[in-house]
Amino acid sequence: MQFGLNESQEFLRDSARKFFAGECPMAEVRRLMETDTAFGANLWSKLAEQGYTGIIFPEEFGGVALGIFELILLMEEAGRALLPGPFFSTVVMAGTLLDALATTAQKRKYLAPICRGEARATVAFFEAEGSWDLADVRLTAANGELKGEKLFVPDAAIADWIIVVAQNGVFLVDSKASGVRVQPMLGMDLTRKLYSVRFDDVPGEKIGETAGLARPRAIATAALAAEMVGGMQRTLDLAVEYAKTRKQFGKPIGIFQAVQHQCADMYLETESARSAVYYAAWALQHHAPDAAAAVSIAKLYASDASRTVGNRGIQVHGGMGFTWENDLHLYYRRAKASETTFGDATFHRERLARLTIDAEVVSERGA
Amino acid sequence: MDLNLTPEEVAFRDEFRVWLQANVPKDWAEWREKPLEESFPYLRAWQRKLQEGGWAAVSWPKDYGGRSATLMQQAIFWEEMARLEAPPMANALGLGLIGPTIIAYGTNAQKKRFIPGILSAEEIWCQGFSEPNAGSDLAALQTEARLADAHYLVNGQKIWMSYGWVGDWCELVVRTDPAVPKHKGLTVLLVDMKSPGVEVRPLRQMTGESEFNEVFLRDVRVPVENVLGKVNDGWNVAVSTLMHERGAYGARLILIFKRNINRLIELTRKVQRNGRPAAQDPILRQKLAQCYAEVEIMRLNQLRAFSRITSTGAPGPEGSIQKLFWSELNQRLQQLAQELLGPYGQLLASDGHAIDKGIWSYGYLRSRGNTIEAGTSEVQRNIIGHFVLGLPRSY
Ligand SMILES: Cc1cc2nc3c(=O)[nH]c(=O)nc-3n(C[C@H](O)[C@H](O)[C@H](O)COP(=O)(O)OP(=O)(O)OC[C@H]3O[C@@H](n4cnc5c(N)ncnc54)[C@H](O)[C@@H]3O)c2cc1C
Repeated sequence: MQFGLNESQEFLRDSARKFFAGECPMAEVRRLMETDTAFGANLWSKLAEQGYTGIIFPEEFGGVALGIFELILLMEEAGRALLPGPFFSTVVMAGTLLDALATTAQKRKYLAPICRGEARATVAFFEAEGSWDLADVRLTAANGELKGEKLFVPDAAIADWIIVVAQNGVFLVDSKASGVRVQPMLGMDLTRKLYSVRFDDVPGEKIGETAGLARPRAIATAALAAEMVGGMQRTLDLAVEYAKTRKQFGKPIGIFQAVQHQCADMYLETESARSAVYYAAWALQHHAPDAAAAVSIAKLYASDASRTVGNRGIQVHGGMGFTWENDLHLYYRRAKASETTFGDATFHRERLARLTIDAEVVSERGA
Repeated sequence: MDLNLTPEEVAFRDEFRVWLQANVPKDWAEWREKPLEESFPYLRAWQRKLQEGGWAAVSWPKDYGGRSATLMQQAIFWEEMARLEAPPMANALGLGLIGPTIIAYGTNAQKKRFIPGILSAEEIWCQGFSEPNAGSDLAALQTEARLADAHYLVNGQKIWMSYGWVGDWCELVVRTDPAVPKHKGLTVLLVDMKSPGVEVRPLRQMTGESEFNEVFLRDVRVPVENVLGKVNDGWNVAVSTLMHERGAYGARLILIFKRNINRLIELTRKVQRNGRPAAQDPILRQKLAQCYAEVEIMRLNQLRAFSRITSTGAPGPEGSIQKLFWSELNQRLQQLAQELLGPYGQLLASDGHAIDKGIWSYGYLRSRGNTIEAGTSEVQRNIIGHFVLGLPRSY
């Protein structure tokens, strides 16, 4: 048993870290977040050149066919860099959904251009209730046409296709089709833009049944938790660096235990979230019987921890942490948005309760 | 990343599983909740049986009666012990902390003299570190040892000594040179607790039992050949013991925690809340799920730490992270048990109405000690802050 990265995984992580440091420094993050869409065409084609847009998809569609664990490592680095734009919506949400549900012909048509970096897509799930429960989805396709409104759709303004989760199936809509109206929703996270999307009798191409959503959603949830771990790591690094250099009362503030212990707790929370995310990725990859529980554990822990790590990070920085020019709040905003995406801690605790308390036998597992 | 067991790990697990199924005592449930003084002979007998099968100290090198088990195999060992609800071993400190320190620092004569007794539980060991004025600041300890005709003459007082009441031998940290800085004048002695001048007094804990003791040492004669490691190098020897205490120890606790959380889940289905089973109470479900998740994360943190130590070859401050995590988690878990059990939570083992023979009232009180023993939570945070994150020392 080896609970850690092997050589090629370390290589992937290190090269992703280098790539983001070079192509997506904070100056670029800030430049993009000030635009309407937070989308950088140049950055996008570089992501595609690296193979990142096809990282876990089959080679026959132009993907790189790596595993879920590799995706998780990439997302952690993306989170550390606060990668702006539609990577999460296109690759992690829409891509995994197409990969899981679409026919071969549909994958050639939609997944392949995503892998090549030529197209972008997003997934529309939420409605007015703002609920992650499939049972709360009202929008229904009639005669292949969609009518209704979806909210909180990430990156809809720059997506070529919007994949709509309806009560009676999952449908792909051309975002340029008439009857599609995309309006910005102004969220806290400036690096990942949200939209409401109205559909007025828009034709949709059926991709699959909603029953098939569980797996792509689990993969996306784990990937999001990984991205959150990256953000936590960066917040921790910034706090420790500051605690070593900022002086008060003639000493670095890190010498004060009230500060030092905040940092120690940030470390504990970040490492614990990372352990949970790594295991969730492994369990999903290997279809372990506890994969669903593992994903919920990762997301519930990361959701709470990324918030507390952010809180502590700002506190350690004092007034400097409260300024616009300091990067902490950009991570803090992303953490808040991610906290609720795919269900917050309360949502996943209830899911875990269903898998454990409501299960007849608490499942036993080997080492 | 590969969480599948290797063929060697599978072979190890299967061999132990077969042995354990054939040998694990069937009547442990009747003994489990009895006071340690009563169950101690039982635990000694069980350890002897494990030793006869070659399973008492799997982590130790083969030459010393162990199996040179990897950290992963040790994790498997404890997992199997828990699966069959096997009793713990009597000589916990000897096997887990002090034996490994003797193997690392001892002379051949010391190893030959002491290792067999530790393995067979014939000689029970305790740890004489803390003093009334030296707890977190262990290096400030004052118990002194003066050399006089091939013997050290030891005078002083130790406190909080677990197993002191049953201990045959003690890993005692003493000051041999008061003139040098505090870390540099310490020496570790292996002391016979039956020596004249050793007086063991019970200390009653807040749980009501007397798990640990106060030990007075008056002109206790310890032969020079019982110095462990080098004279005045006792700090390094003691730290090696503490690393064991904070590190691999977590592996065996995970199983206890898993059993506790699974037991709480069972109880939630039986206990009534607001006219329905507590299992349907939304708030208790939330809390239980949180605890369940944290126990699982404790397991994952441990496995990750083991992999890291295995690949770097050096145990680092991982132990502090584990110690901090499990001790605070257990307090949350015990509080949750209290919330779940309502008025029954407070009942002591001796009360006829007590649920699970009173383990929850005991566990609740006992868990307060978790964030104090083996280095307080504050000390663990200091270690993480300084040794992991590189922040300046705060004290
Ligand atoms: C159940 C149990 C079993 C034990 N078994 C043994 C045993 O077998 N052998 C043995 O030698 N000892 C044993 N101990 C003793 C244990 O190691 C000490 O109690 C512990 O190290 C703390 O020391 P102290 O009690 O003197 O508290 P103190 O060191 O006086 O600490 C008091 C408070 O001050 C805080 N504090 C102290 N220094 C710092 C600092 N630098 N920074 C921040 N906060 C600080 C502590 O965190 C704590 O909250 C046991 C203790 C318990 C509870």
